[in-house]
Amino acid sequence: MDVLFQQILNGLTVGSVYSLVALGLTLVYGILHVPNFAHGALYMMGGYITLIAMTSLGLHYWLAIFCSIIVVALLAVLMERLVFHPLREAPPIHDKIAAIGILLFLEAFAQLVWGADYRRMPTPYGEVINVFGLTFTMQRLLVILGAVVSMILLYIFLKKTIIGATIIAMSQNREGAFLMGINSNRVAMMTFAISGALAAIAASLASPINLVFPGMGHLVILKAFVIIIIGGMGSIPGAIIGGYILGLAESLGATYISSNYSDVIAFALLVIILTVKPNGLFAKGVH
Amino acid sequence: MKALLNQRNGVILLLLIAILFPLLVDNQYYNQVMILAFIWTIAVYGLNIVGGYTGQLSLAHAGFFAVGAYALGLLTVNGGLNFWLAFVLAIVITAGLGLVVGLVALRTKEHFFAIYTLIVGYIIYLVIYNWDSLTNGVRGLIGIPEPGSIGPLTFESMTSQYYLVLFFLVLTIFVVRRIIQSLTGRTFIAIRNSEDLAQTIGIPTMKVKLLSFVVSTAFAGLAGALYASFIRFIGPDIGYTTIVFDMLMYLIVGGIGTLAGPLVGTLLVVWITQSLQFLEDYRMIIFGPILVLLVIYYPRGIVGAYLEWKMNRTLKRTKQKSHVNHQKQQAEEG
Repeated sequence: MDVLFQQILNGLTVGSVYSLVALGLTLVYGILHVPNFAHGALYMMGGYITLIAMTSLGLHYWLAIFCSIIVVALLAVLMERLVFHPLREAPPIHDKIAAIGILLFLEAFAQLVWGADYRRMPTPYGEVINVFGLTFTMQRLLVILGAVVSMILLYIFLKKTIIGATIIAMSQNREGAFLMGINSNRVAMMTFAISGALAAIAASLASPINLVFPGMGHLVILKAFVIIIIGGMGSIPGAIIGGYILGLAESLGATYISSNYSDVIAFALLVIILTVKPNGLFAKGVH
Repeated sequence: MKALLNQRNGVILLLLIAILFPLLVDNQYYNQVMILAFIWTIAVYGLNIVGGYTGQLSLAHAGFFAVGAYALGLLTVNGGLNFWLAFVLAIVITAGLGLVVGLVALRTKEHFFAIYTLIVGYIIYLVIYNWDSLTNGVRGLIGIPEPGSIGPLTFESMTSQYYLVLFFLVLTIFVVRRIIQSLTGRTFIAIRNSEDLAQTIGIPTMKVKLLSFVVSTAFAGLAGALYASFIRFIGPDIGYTTIVFDMLMYLIVGGIGTLAGPLVGTLLVVWITQSLQFLEDYRMIIFGPILVLLVIYYPRGIVGAYLEWKMNRTLKRTKQKSHVNHQKQQAEEG
């Protein structure tokens, strides 16, 4: 029984990270209908900037995360302006290739500047807690808490502010939003900024548990794609719930099925889903 | 002079240069780079058929490349099969797997297809990595034999292997050209331009897409088998997704959806990378932005840009000519 609870806790930790990454991905998809393959690189940059801010500038963990959020959000806006904006009218194959170009560039950049080694991120919340026979580090709890707080803030932003409402409006109906006089450029930039910020938060929270290295975004982004397909491309609650389902499935699968193949679970899930429903679950008729 | 510069003579000249290359450049290293570049070119031609002509961006081709390489490796090393029999089987196995994957993957469209194939490629990598008893896992396969002799032809020296790979490259280009210029090739392009429209005018889109996918995986398998027999050591890394991104880069630089694109792009990028050694690990710092800029400004790459320039020039000339003729006519009438 203890093992089960322990694994559920682990699943919630992993799921929190997945949900945050998938949220950014799904927001961008909802607005631009672009599967942003470079999102994993934003996640990686988030990890590195927090790490560098802590080790080189000697900032406190929270301040470092704040820096990382700002920098990665700006990077994401830059990406939208320089790459995705000019490609808005291009055939669908082009923006995917451009996204891959950005991904390759950012990874090579990280490797050049920070080296290819795996690096450990220090955290002020390393102590181990023992409650009811369950052991966990404070950091794990922080991941879950941080993710939930970010999601609540995002929810309030989207529901209670006008800028948030324009984002929702544009993801629901592009033409309708234009008719209402919504500035699509501003919405696109805003969406990219949020997506980058979420990736930075996810990476900064998860890195003390995992490690920081140039390829750290690969698996996370692949799984985020699985999640947004499970949750419906462009759906915000779908991304959150999907993230937690996948996180729990993986950590329980690792214990009760096979730890070698826990990564395969997500991908097998996607293959099965798309085999049965080629347009994804909950296809809304958007292309 | 002008008659000498036509397309056919250009191709003959290129072929001559390719044939004379090992004789002119007596350098084992350069020959080796050239052989590898040719092998990648074959794989990129495969990617071009399904991605460039049929418009389905497949990100699973590194996986199929690895399947071809591992099929040859396992059949010869563990199975003890004759090299050429294993070689043919490797291509058949890869194309067979391509058929199975294609049957499912091609039901998905656009973004879903790209994501689906990306994940299929990753699964192939994971299977090779984790299936220790068959593939040796991380340690990889060693002792893959060099290509067996065909009658009096042996392939022990670097030069003879160069010609073998060159032969397959020329064969690939020939076959791709025949496909593209046939009615089948036209249906590929019709699907790329608009799948719905193609279906409306009676093209069996699923069948055609499947054909194009299987042919493209067969080329990936061929390239993989050649790679295994030339390098003679393979590890799971050759199936990793970064390899397909490399292939995609060659294709975009050269020109996606053009016949000469894969050749131009691969040779150019491989040689630039080779001549700037410091680029080896960081080549994407330069090629990443180039990829983005090309997609924005020259979506059909170097070859596409050249073709466009040539077309505009002929257009202008015919316009000028007709203008001159028109003036002459007016003068005569006047």
